[in-house]
Amino acid sequence: MYNYYLTIVLAPLAAAIIAGLAGKKIGRAGAHWVTIVGVGTACLLSMLVLKNLFWGGAEAENISVYTWAVTDGLRMEVGFLVDRLTALMMCVVTFVSLMVHIYTIGYMREDPGYQRFFSYISLFTFAMLMLVMSNNFLQLFFGWEAVGLVSYLLIGFWFKKETAIFANLKAFLVNRVGDFGFLLGIAGVVMFTGSLDYATVFGQAESIAGQNIEVLQGTPWNAMTVICILLFIGAMGKSAQAPLHVWLPDSMEGPTPISALIHAATMVTAGIFMVARMSPLFELSTTALGFVIVIGSITAFFMGLLGIIQNDIKRVVAYSTLSQLGYMTVALGASAYSAAIFHLMTHAFFKALLFLAAGSVIIAMHHEQDIRKMGGIKKYMPITYWTSLVGSLALIGFPGSSGFFSKDLLIEAVRDSHWQGQGAVYWIAYLSVLLGVFITALYTFRMFFLVFHGEERMDAKTKSHLHEPSAVVTVPLILLAIPSAIIGWFTVGPVLFGDYFGDAIFVSESKDIIGHMAHAWHGSLALLTHSVRTPVFWLATCGVIAAWFLYLKRPDIPEMIKTRLSGIYNVLDRKYYFDDLWIKGFAGGGRAIGQFLWKKGDQMIIDDILVNGTARTVVRLAGFVRQIQTGYLYTYAFAMIIGLTALLGWLIWLR
Amino acid sequence: MIGLEHYLTLAAMLFVLSIAGIIVNRRNLILILMCIELMLLAVNFNFIAFSRYLGDETGQIFVFFILTVAAAEAAIGLAILVVLFRNKRSIAVQELNSLKG
Repeated sequence: MYNYYLTIVLAPLAAAIIAGLAGKKIGRAGAHWVTIVGVGTACLLSMLVLKNLFWGGAEAENISVYTWAVTDGLRMEVGFLVDRLTALMMCVVTFVSLMVHIYTIGYMREDPGYQRFFSYISLFTFAMLMLVMSNNFLQLFFGWEAVGLVSYLLIGFWFKKETAIFANLKAFLVNRVGDFGFLLGIAGVVMFTGSLDYATVFGQAESIAGQNIEVLQGTPWNAMTVICILLFIGAMGKSAQAPLHVWLPDSMEGPTPISALIHAATMVTAGIFMVARMSPLFELSTTALGFVIVIGSITAFFMGLLGIIQNDIKRVVAYSTLSQLGYMTVALGASAYSAAIFHLMTHAFFKALLFLAAGSVIIAMHHEQDIRKMGGIKKYMPITYWTSLVGSLALIGFPGSSGFFSKDLLIEAVRDSHWQGQGAVYWIAYLSVLLGVFITALYTFRMFFLVFHGEERMDAKTKSHLHEPSAVVTVPLILLAIPSAIIGWFTVGPVLFGDYFGDAIFVSESKDIIGHMAHAWHGSLALLTHSVRTPVFWLATCGVIAAWFLYLKRPDIPEMIKTRLSGIYNVLDRKYYFDDLWIKGFAGGGRAIGQFLWKKGDQMIIDDILVNGTARTVVRLAGFVRQIQTGYLYTYAFAMIIGLTALLGWLIWLR
Repeated sequence: MIGLEHYLTLAAMLFVLSIAGIIVNRRNLILILMCIELMLLAVNFNFIAFSRYLGDETGQIFVFFILTVAAAEAAIGLAILVVLFRNKRSIAVQELNSLKG
């Protein structure tokens, strides 16, 4: 299997290098072929690996490939840990990536940066695979930063667009905040265990949990809590959890395929994956899990609300991504790691589908993204319509779709987690994910109805060109719609209740909600028939009906609400002022301090007083001293005599 | 009886006189050269006086050397003076202030 792993990782990298460096030589077709073959190979082999692990009964493997450096007993290695969690992530990443590669042929057809784009997304696949396959913290961090870098490059792909440049800088900087915490977390791990290797660190988890760390003098904190919260801050940056979520909506400035691949399906879920991977650590700190669940529920509920008032088609989907990431985080906080990973998987499919469908609409609308200028597209673009419908239904958790199984069970897990007596926090989390269902249905179908139904609000010129894009766009849509619709049916049992993850995810006995739920598990069909009796189903239905009523039947009501409740509307419109907090508060404050230090500290004190001041003093002193230099011979002679006399006098009398 | 102190006094007077000549004189550069010569002669006086007083001839040998050097120095000084005059058309000390800061 060793060769498989190496090929999986290196094939996309090789493709990226070829497409990136020899892009001109191999041409546009060459660039997309080489990268599709690279990623396709990785996808195929990943599936083989998954098959071997799941059906072939292969053991999880922990291989060290290369020792990069050894310093002071700390080994820095490149290695692969391939267990079922990794294999699942590998398949999701490579499959979605492959779909996006194919889709890009259609979406970027006329773009001058065609080869560059393919090179970047292949490079992304490599980085993401390095991240998920890593067996140590260093490689995890490498992958973490590399996906961040590619994300930066791709958000700013259209580098002549002001807003794109702003957005990519914002994404990069906000992620640095998270990475700072992440790095400190890794440093904490190294401090307590002296190792970067997962297996070693997890083996010593108990001993870390027994120790205290004094960050502030005199206040000992549990070392595990500190490490876990720091690691989770990293996840907050990458997985866009409040308050570090601000970069994700802006990242929609990039081309749509990368919104689907990076900012919905894979990269943003790296944080979720990381926490699940670190479950042996997180399980030992109830405080850290509490922190995780609070952040998750805030994100899940409040970010969903913002989706209702957005008018940019991609931003609606972006806010829904934020909200769904919040769901996964809540599940992590409730110790239902497998539920989070399961939702991650189904979400990857249907969210990538929704983004690509949105992209298809955008192509057809000639890069118009405002849903107020769409409407009635259904009859022009049937394939996009039906695939979007599948995606939307999966997103709201319509019974039978993949999202239904993951979301319904996720919410159930959160509900059940309260019986451990861990306080009101879990009730709030449950309430927010439950209300989130209604909001999800509302904004999803608001967008759906506004785009595909109702009157046609676009101008005549656009309307005359409105048609389904070519097969390279529609085929990925269909290929993604299939798993979005049905993958839940046959994976939910084994993944959640069939001990699929085995040792990959560790849940302590007392918190094993999923294990507890397994007793009540009677198969997918039973869950389906049971669903009409759950509040989740009714809330989703209410959401869809509300969306239909408000945006198709009586579009005047939302307008009225908007004017009546302008206060709330403003808060939502300004995104709870988080952007202001970061841009004006932190960035602005930072700039003001910088300005102050520059003007006062650097220009005034250093440049003016110290540097120029020294020179000025010398000039002034010299101006005085030069008065003595008359240039007359007798003055110098006189000075000499005086000096001589003084010297002699000193020699004779004073010495 | 004329003793050592008289010679020394005379030498000191000559020396001070020549210093005064250098400082006070503002017109003629030749005068400064002459004052320098006088200064050397004052020193020579001391040498001879001490030589005689201590009964050691070395001092008198020194005087010869000093006189020789003084002659050479005077020659060079006058040569410089001639060149200076060619350039400046003046040997007035007051006008020689190119070193003024």
